[in-house]
Amino acid sequence: MNKLLIFTLAFGVFTQASAQKFMTKTGQVSFFSDAALEDISAVNKQALAAVDLDKAEVAFVVQIRGFEFEKALMQEHFNENYMHSDKFPSSKFSGTFQKATAITWPGTHEVELVGKLTIHGVTKDVRVPATLAVKGEEALLNAKFKVKLADYGIKNDKANSISEIIEITVKTPMKKS
Amino acid sequence: MRALALLLLLAASWSAHAQGLLDELETEAPKSKEFTIATFKAPRIIQGHSVEMPAKGELLFIIQHRFGRVNTGFYELFGWDQASIRIGLEYTLPFSDRFNIGFGRSSYGKTWDFFSKTKLLKQAKGGSPISLSWVSTLAINGLDWPNPNQENYFTSRMAYTHQLLLARKFNSWFSFQLAPTLVHKNLVPLSQDQNSFFALGMGGRVKVSNRVSINAEYSWLLPGQQIPRINGLEPQNAISLGVDIETGGHVFQLHITNTQAMFDVGSIAETTGRPELGDIHVGFNITRTFSFKRH
Repeated sequence: MNKLLIFTLAFGVFTQASAQKFMTKTGQVSFFSDAALEDISAVNKQALAAVDLDKAEVAFVVQIRGFEFEKALMQEHFNENYMHSDKFPSSKFSGTFQKATAITWPGTHEVELVGKLTIHGVTKDVRVPATLAVKGEEALLNAKFKVKLADYGIKNDKANSISEIIEITVKTPMKKS
Repeated sequence: MRALALLLLLAASWSAHAQGLLDELETEAPKSKEFTIATFKAPRIIQGHSVEMPAKGELLFIIQHRFGRVNTGFYELFGWDQASIRIGLEYTLPFSDRFNIGFGRSSYGKTWDFFSKTKLLKQAKGGSPISLSWVSTLAINGLDWPNPNQENYFTSRMAYTHQLLLARKFNSWFSFQLAPTLVHKNLVPLSQDQNSFFALGMGGRVKVSNRVSINAEYSWLLPGQQIPRINGLEPQNAISLGVDIETGGHVFQLHITNTQAMFDVGSIAETTGRPELGDIHVGFNITRTFSFKRH
């Protein structure tokens, strides 16, 4: 019994110590939309991101209020009229990347992120192509994908019509944690 | 039994590992204060200042218009022919989003007006329950002296207001503001008139859609004061009802009111319209914001 207990605890400590986990609090998530009147773009430089190579897990948390726009009024409209950030303060992704047997670390690989994306309080299953590069103490996860506003219950506006499809770019250099 | 305990222990140990990365990340999320945005849509509720101002380094252009009284009949086209206008600029300095200056010129009294607005408290989730701003205004009457033969002083043209704006956005659709105000006029017509007197402003908005809100405003001249008359008429409390329509960079404010002046001394202390007699003005404000941020 005691031996087993010790083994269990040791196993736990061991797996934690060897975990290939990378993390950042300053990931960049930006989006772009071409609208009828003017293009809209914004960047968030405080995205939280983590990747666990052993379990092939990936997670993101992005605060909606952290998106910075060229114009303060746009930012206000984005928060108040489109994303309702008082009700839905953050967007999230939680999932895995496909782990083919051929993948070895360190290295740079094209992967597919498979998981749940939550925007505006609506969660959808998504598959997103991405590039994951690992070198020493650092990892870099880049992805570019499109989301449809209607899929996430984000209502377009007759007065200020914007594109139905938004392109999102993710750039997250992470450090080993 | 022991085996079961072991299994449970093992399971617990495993589930601790399987705990999602997402949960770990969420505990890392910074718990910073979140300032409330869009308590009102424009720097004016209708006549009076709101706690809003343009963002840091942004310039706001405002056109305000009040037609004459609707009870003047067809000859004046219900006020069309006696329109009064104010055009102004407001600028928030690039080094702080808490300090704003502005000026305007009104056809009413050929008045030049200047103001500064300072945000003392900003309502925030996890912070202050209200926003508190301080607004001081100066109005300089530009009309010819009624009696040019006597000695006239430039300072006699000047009048001031000092205001505290206490506002709270209660939820996404309702905001309310109180504005205790001190008005000072350097020159008053009668010796028994008070140079300084008090008013209490009240204003609120109810948002009815993403782009539209209904606004109301009341400026109450506190009773028991000898407030200087305007052309022999007793000043009335200003009451206004309006609607804000917001498009991308513009806010259109359409309203009905019993006051025709569009600077604080004028609307607070020089309103003579009596709405119950039909002394109502139709008016609008249009604001446009210009951004000078470098990229």
